[in-house]
Amino acid sequence: MANVLIYSDKANMALELITAAKEIGADAVKAVTINDNDAAQALVDAGAEVFNIENDAITIADTAAVASALAQAVEQLGADTVLLSSNRRGKEIAGRLAQIINAGCLTDVTALQVNGDKIECQRNALGGATVATQTITEAKKVIAIRPRTFDPAAAGTGGSLNSLQVEAKPSALKLVEVRSKAGDSVDIEAAEILVVVGQGMESQDDLPLAQELAQKLGGEVACTKPVATDKKWLSEERIIGLSGKKCKPQLALLFGISGQVQFTVGIRDARVIASVNTDENASMNQMADYILTADLKEVLAEMNKAL
Amino acid sequence: MNIVVALKQVPDLQQIRIRNRQPVLDDVPLTLGNIDKNALEAAVTIKEAQGGNVIALSAGDDNIEDTIKEALAAGADEAFLVVDDQLQGAESSLVATVLAAAVKKIDDVGLILFGEGSADNYSGQVGSRVAEILGLPQVGYAVSIEVDGSTAKVTRSLEDCDEVVEVNLPAVITVLADINEARIPSVTQILKAGKKPKEVVELDELDAQLPDHSPVETLSNLAPDSQRKKVVVKSVDELIQSLAAEGLIRR
Repeated sequence: MANVLIYSDKANMALELITAAKEIGADAVKAVTINDNDAAQALVDAGAEVFNIENDAITIADTAAVASALAQAVEQLGADTVLLSSNRRGKEIAGRLAQIINAGCLTDVTALQVNGDKIECQRNALGGATVATQTITEAKKVIAIRPRTFDPAAAGTGGSLNSLQVEAKPSALKLVEVRSKAGDSVDIEAAEILVVVGQGMESQDDLPLAQELAQKLGGEVACTKPVATDKKWLSEERIIGLSGKKCKPQLALLFGISGQVQFTVGIRDARVIASVNTDENASMNQMADYILTADLKEVLAEMNKAL
Repeated sequence: MNIVVALKQVPDLQQIRIRNRQPVLDDVPLTLGNIDKNALEAAVTIKEAQGGNVIALSAGDDNIEDTIKEALAAGADEAFLVVDDQLQGAESSLVATVLAAAVKKIDDVGLILFGEGSADNYSGQVGSRVAEILGLPQVGYAVSIEVDGSTAKVTRSLEDCDEVVEVNLPAVITVLADINEARIPSVTQILKAGKKPKEVVELDELDAQLPDHSPVETLSNLAPDSQRKKVVVKSVDELIQSLAAEGLIRR
């Protein structure tokens, strides 16, 4: 039976890890929190055995300090498997923690399954062209799981709050400032319908047509990476793909998207995909349920009129 | 100050084809990872602003001597290469052990830069593992790096916020693609690249205790089973009718 320890800097993601820990057969889930009493309480309420580290010398921004604290927790609690959230912070910690405790490590895991004594993990490989099923053969395992892979654990009984003492070395890093992102806090992963814009959209003036359609359908506008990072027409929260969000809407309406794998990896779980493109040979069309070869501006205008 | 940039030789992902759900890698040319090129650009920008020497570091099979010319053309001053067939596409813990041992052979290293993840596996482990092996501080997901003497001011971009941190050097920093636009080398730079110094070493020349087995086993690696209808519709009206028939939208 795996002796599982979980950690995330985000309480909501830590709750998802409780569910993941149960999935791989942990009966009692141990959770570490660092200088975060609210998260500790939330995890206790979900039935976890919480070990709260209170140590002013540990800054969460210092990955070396966090990994060291977690490694000491693994040692003290006799854990063999650590589950982390594969948000950026968790991914950064994963490799360092694995190196300290001599563990095998997999990040960005999108599914877990126990098969005999193996924990089979799925993750994207070859830039998202394939999905690899991998297992860690080392006795110690660090697995970072993509946010939203599991539902957050509901309220549970049997939780307890304990404190854990760890040593911290003098930090080589100082947190100077935290700036919250001025994003529009849209949640495209929760949307049932997505209107997705790619580089086939020629002018920013056409964007309101997509926004109007999304509004009419009760959905959200999303985009490929270049539309947000190069053209800056939309915020980064709306990026779909390998380095953006992975979405599973009921319907994805794609406008002017060629279909590079870096994008399709984020939309291939949609129930229905419709692709509108002037290029009938766009590789996106190979992954679409409905294909319309037409000018996207005209299609958007016509759909807005009809709906 | 030497600025080391770690770059990974990967198959050109745009040219991978899928046959019977299997990736076909035969005849796919090798290249350097895209985000790695942003890490290189960040290093060259720092060097241009305040001096220093940019060293492109890589580990892979013997094609790497050719592939690394891309980095030498794009502004690296020299290359340090560890060549062995077992290093090509190797597991993160092995690669990290080798790269860390290589860094130890380079004097006066101030910064070790990585892309936040490799182009193919994107696991993001190697930078963190190298930092731990070398006992150095690290900052991941950088969108800005300003070196100031023995420290660097780095902006780390997380999902919900940006963190500005001041880190003592030497340090390991991984960058996001957003940090810059990597330059495209001119023909002259490409021609000069072949003449830049390269140090090529083999595994036994490094002082490294290599792991004797891979801690990760790959059970399968297949393209997802895509079962899409691929219905070609002729008009907006037909598209709307089809989607309405699926119960997805109302007219």
